Amino acid sequence: MQLFHLHARRRRARGAILALFLGLGWLCASLFQTQVLKNMAYALQSDANRLRPFAVPAPRGTVYDRYGRIIADNLPGYSLALLPAPRDSLRNALARLAPVLGLPPVRIEALLEQQRKFPAQPLVVSPDLSFEQISAVEERRRQLPGVFVDMRPKRNYAAGQAVAHLVGYVAEISEQELKLPAFQEYVPGQTVGKAGLERQYERILGGKPGVRYLEVDAYGHIIGELAPQPSVAPVPGKDLRVSLDLELQRWIDRIFPDSTRGAMVALEPGTGEVLALYSSPAYDPNQFVGGVSPDLWRQLNADSARPLLHRALTGLYPPGSAFKLASAAIALELGVVDPKAYMPIPCRGGMQYGNRYFKCWYKEGHGYLTLPDAIKNSCNVFFYQLGLRIGLERFLAEANRLGFSRGTGIDLPVEATGHFPDGVDWFRRRFGWKPTPTEVLSLAIGQGPNSQSPLRMALFYAALAGGGRVPAPRLARGVAPVGEALDLKLSPENLEWLKEGLRRVVSPGGTAYLSSLEHWELIGKTGTSQNPHGPDHGWFMGIAGPKGGSPEIVIAAVMEFSEHGSSTAQYVSKAADFYLRRKHGIPVDTIQTLRDHLIAGKPAPWATWR
Amino acid sequence: MALIDRLRRLLGDPPLALLVLGLSLFGVAMVYSAGQLDVPDSKVTGVWRMQLLWLGMSLFAMLILLRMQVRWLEWIAAPAYVLSLGLLAATLVIGTGAGTAERVKSWIDLGPVAIQPAQFANLATILILARIMGNWREPPRSLWALWPPVALVVVPMGLVMLQPDLGTAMVFGAVLLAAMYWAGTPLGLLFMLISPALGLFFAFEGWLFSLYMLGLLAFLYLYRAYLWESVLVLAANLAAGTIAVPLWNSLEPYQQARLLVFLDPSIDPRGWGYHVIQSRVAIGSGGLLGKGFTLGTQKRLAFLPEQHTDFIFSVIGEEFGFLGTVTVLLAFGLILWRLARVAERVADPFAGIIVFGVFGAWFAHVVVNIGMTVGVMPVTGIPLPFLSYGGSFLLANFLALAIVERIAAEQGRI
Repeated sequence: MQLFHLHARRRRARGAILALFLGLGWLCASLFQTQVLKNMAYALQSDANRLRPFAVPAPRGTVYDRYGRIIADNLPGYSLALLPAPRDSLRNALARLAPVLGLPPVRIEALLEQQRKFPAQPLVVSPDLSFEQISAVEERRRQLPGVFVDMRPKRNYAAGQAVAHLVGYVAEISEQELKLPAFQEYVPGQTVGKAGLERQYERILGGKPGVRYLEVDAYGHIIGELAPQPSVAPVPGKDLRVSLDLELQRWIDRIFPDSTRGAMVALEPGTGEVLALYSSPAYDPNQFVGGVSPDLWRQLNADSARPLLHRALTGLYPPGSAFKLASAAIALELGVVDPKAYMPIPCRGGMQYGNRYFKCWYKEGHGYLTLPDAIKNSCNVFFYQLGLRIGLERFLAEANRLGFSRGTGIDLPVEATGHFPDGVDWFRRRFGWKPTPTEVLSLAIGQGPNSQSPLRMALFYAALAGGGRVPAPRLARGVAPVGEALDLKLSPENLEWLKEGLRRVVSPGGTAYLSSLEHWELIGKTGTSQNPHGPDHGWFMGIAGPKGGSPEIVIAAVMEFSEHGSSTAQYVSKAADFYLRRKHGIPVDTIQTLRDHLIAGKPAPWATWR
Repeated sequence: MALIDRLRRLLGDPPLALLVLGLSLFGVAMVYSAGQLDVPDSKVTGVWRMQLLWLGMSLFAMLILLRMQVRWLEWIAAPAYVLSLGLLAATLVIGTGAGTAERVKSWIDLGPVAIQPAQFANLATILILARIMGNWREPPRSLWALWPPVALVVVPMGLVMLQPDLGTAMVFGAVLLAAMYWAGTPLGLLFMLISPALGLFFAFEGWLFSLYMLGLLAFLYLYRAYLWESVLVLAANLAAGTIAVPLWNSLEPYQQARLLVFLDPSIDPRGWGYHVIQSRVAIGSGGLLGKGFTLGTQKRLAFLPEQHTDFIFSVIGEEFGFLGTVTVLLAFGLILWRLARVAERVADPFAGIIVFGVFGAWFAHVVVNIGMTVGVMPVTGIPLPFLSYGGSFLLANFLALAIVERIAAEQGRI
């Protein structure tokens, strides 16, 4: 056989063409599989390569007060984020950003840690940059791959510290929050309400962030926003209207003595709407927006005045004499006292019961008293007897019905529960002994195991002012109240007797007469909350409205270490005067109470001296 | 008309030349597209002009070479071979890296241009193999009879491997096998020759290697190989099995990585697996019709590495889709089929072996390169004929084409 004969060549050529078919067929099959069968998967991967989703923050809803004034709104701000990248490049980028943004090493480590947990998310380095910082970053743009500067709305609270505790603040969502079911669809870096109204109405105010796809190259440089890919537009948060009177809130912030710790709560009697909710000392919530600086946080936490504490809702104070009205209301409801009749035992500076002598605060004694005068004089002996008539069991049951061992159900995230025995059994659980009937003596004058928040006390007095009933306190309008309404179950005559007692407190000879007002009728009750740690805390519960008309505002105030409620009364009076003057169109004046008139030498035509 | 007639007389297989020319022009277009980026890369952007220049020079060189009689090639073969060995040896000393292959010393810098001697050495090797095996009158009966061609290939192959350019070295092996096949070497002998290479692969799995050795034993018995050659083959396989692991350890880390990544690209998605993954994503996302000329996003955003050289096929796949890749495969199929046809028609053993050697080289390039871009072959870094950017390779391929056309033309005249 010839080696290169035509037949031999033809045979080998056939072999070669067979190999050709096999080889190219194999490639063709591979290409078919890659390009046709797996096209979708690779197309997705290609998009994932070049498109980085970036959350577009939704502008939060505006919070308006009852007159449409803005409590919280948004200002344009700048945020800076890093696109996902390997850890080393991120560390590099952060190191370059550190001098520009002033990032401490601790913060860099925290950011890297966050990136480790959410590697696919852009890393928000700073949600709020100054214009100078932005310029500095833009100048170094070329050396900073993956840096993404974006305009995003920044929360602003124009009233500053006046609304601090009430409105709360917003900041980046924390890791713990992300794990909560309530924040299921939230992403790291997203802004969320952290406290106050911002937290309570996060669902309304928050809106829904949009998504923007950015096209990036293999090195993480942003090539530009991709036009044909429709980004998901953010859904702005809805506006929220609250019952608060922002100007009243500001006024309270202005008149509240700077160095004094305490709280003031103003409610509208008929509706339970919150008109003011103030706690002192406060802080500027704007400094919390976009992350509070560690220094400020440490300082606020270390402050012995505890500025972060929302005293109006979470501060618990023994109500003292202010609670006597509750005892009186219970007695009238149960019909164990005739408001026109004297108590059998007159006040001689105290009263013997069992083997103990129970003192009145007034050593000389008040003598024989009817209920209104007992309220005016805050006579302990009268209320001891009242308590004994009610009896411990009934007293506890009724006080619990009035909510003194519960929260009020106000629409804010955190509220303290009143500290009060929920029944006779409470003493056994708490102290291990069965209560004697004498417990009711302490409880009836507002002592014993009893601490209440200013809001709870305000609510009780709002019920007194509002015909014996008040709905649960609430801030937001157009939102169903959470808590239950309070009903004293008192007849109008009985209510009038209680109010008569309160009226006498702010009458000539009453402890709060100097706080009386020119245009408005102010009635109220002082209280002294015994404080084992220092001077007593002073309460004042004020109810005010046009003279001869029905009450329009109820204010509860507590001032720590103010010795007695009569000094607290003037601030309540001033706040009430401010609110009512504005409501009824009378020019606001800084000379408000009788005391102010006397000091300023202005005539006080309404004042009578009996 | 006169020009076309003259060309027709010069070209023995005009369809082959037309296919190659068309593919090369398409290649220039793709090199242009490879430079259309959103991430400007000055090294790639204007490179299509260079490719066009090289194409013009290649056509010019082809016109000259078409006038050279096949007989002259017999005289040129030996000097060309020796010269290319010299150049390869020189490359090891004065060679430089270039373009996307910075690590390998494959280029000799000649001022304005750099040439890649390995590409010309490949052609010279084909000539010398044809020179040697064209004289065979009987098919080789034993491995021993194969030593001259093997030795002639092993020298340049070894020099290229030292660069180190494993991919191009493998093409020398493909050329050797193709030439030996065309010279009538029995398939059994070819198997015995490459069996140690298979042994190397199987050595990494103990039981697989045992099975392979048993199979080899059975084959040698049934094939009635010479006893001492059987012993030699078995010993070579055993040796391969023994040295496989040390040899593996002696490989450059990037070579190891490339082979490992071929087995599983996801083991190193940011490193060596990156090439394979991004290339597959580019081709796969092209779909049926592609993203459009110059519009491939993987390429535009620099996710695709070496897009104008080794991974030009990925750009085609991304921008023209399955339709584009199949068309290119079809073009290569037709070119290779024409080569096989020419080889079949040529009665002269010397000329036939040259044509089939070219067939072997191009076939190897096509399968290995395209297989690499779709991830069914390891990343060896060899270019795709007529499409990848690279002057030496284009020129060498056109010289080969000229020789084939001349052979076909002389055949027609006879």
